[in-house]
Amino acid sequence: MSLGQRVSNDRQLTRLLQIGVVLEEVVESRAAHHLETLPPDERDAVDGEVETLLVDAAEESADHRERLETLIDDLEAETVSYEEINTLVDAQYGPPEDTDGVLYDQLANEETAYKFYDDLIAAIDASETEFAVDRDRLLDTLTTIREEEKEGAEEVTEIMERRA
Amino acid sequence: MNTADQYLKAIYLAQRIEEGPASTGTLADLLEVSPASVNEMVGKLEDRELVEHEKYKGATLTDEGLERAHNALQTYCIIERFLTNVLEVDEFREEARALESVIDDTVAERLDTIIDRPAQCPDCFDAEQDHCELLESGDHAK
Repeated sequence: MSLGQRVSNDRQLTRLLQIGVVLEEVVESRAAHHLETLPPDERDAVDGEVETLLVDAAEESADHRERLETLIDDLEAETVSYEEINTLVDAQYGPPEDTDGVLYDQLANEETAYKFYDDLIAAIDASETEFAVDRDRLLDTLTTIREEEKEGAEEVTEIMERRA
Repeated sequence: MNTADQYLKAIYLAQRIEEGPASTGTLADLLEVSPASVNEMVGKLEDRELVEHEKYKGATLTDEGLERAHNALQTYCIIERFLTNVLEVDEFREEARALESVIDDTVAERLDTIIDRPAQCPDCFDAEQDHCELLESGDHAK
């Protein structure tokens, strides 16, 4: 058991970045599933704002995934493909009942991703390990992604408040 | 998972292994820390009413401590199952132990949306083998 929040070696860092990729793929896949699986009357009720939010979330996740994959490439490791994660999401997916449910799920996605990157950055900061990827580039990438997750959560919250 | 939750999980597992209070020695072995560190943390958990400690016998979880330990073990099971089923990691126990301090329970909950976990989790966790007894290495989802 490893007590204390720190990343101690390249293998641990790689695993955490791979987990980041999967989290992004889950966001991307769930956003697509939400739009496809809402009942027709609910789908009609999904206004342009919510639809745009889901499309943007999927695009942003794909962008984050690519940035993480570049780091993982430098660590000479592989990632799980989007198609594989999409299949796993599909197997376990339970669609939200309505648009509010979609928004809550989207908020959970953004907040979870923010928490993940925040913990990962803290764990890298707490470590003196010299990784196979440049530490500044690694932290720059993760900090930018974390900021975008924070903005994403704020955007969902604003939409939820307007709809309340 | 924070350090307190890692201790609570270790106490829960030690209680199962020893079929009684968790001794300082067993906890030190499970957590790979010194007995002095264990005693200090158990004292803090006792102050928070998560653990009851009896001298020369060991630590026992309170109802609240048990609930938190259960959740922590569930998070750990999700990490192990995710590493095995999704990332296809053979040495999933070692890697789960290394990762658990960095993976928050909210993150584990999201990972849980893509894995197939038994309804009785975490009761099916084998404390001595340090993994779910229903999880086989090579038990990949694809």
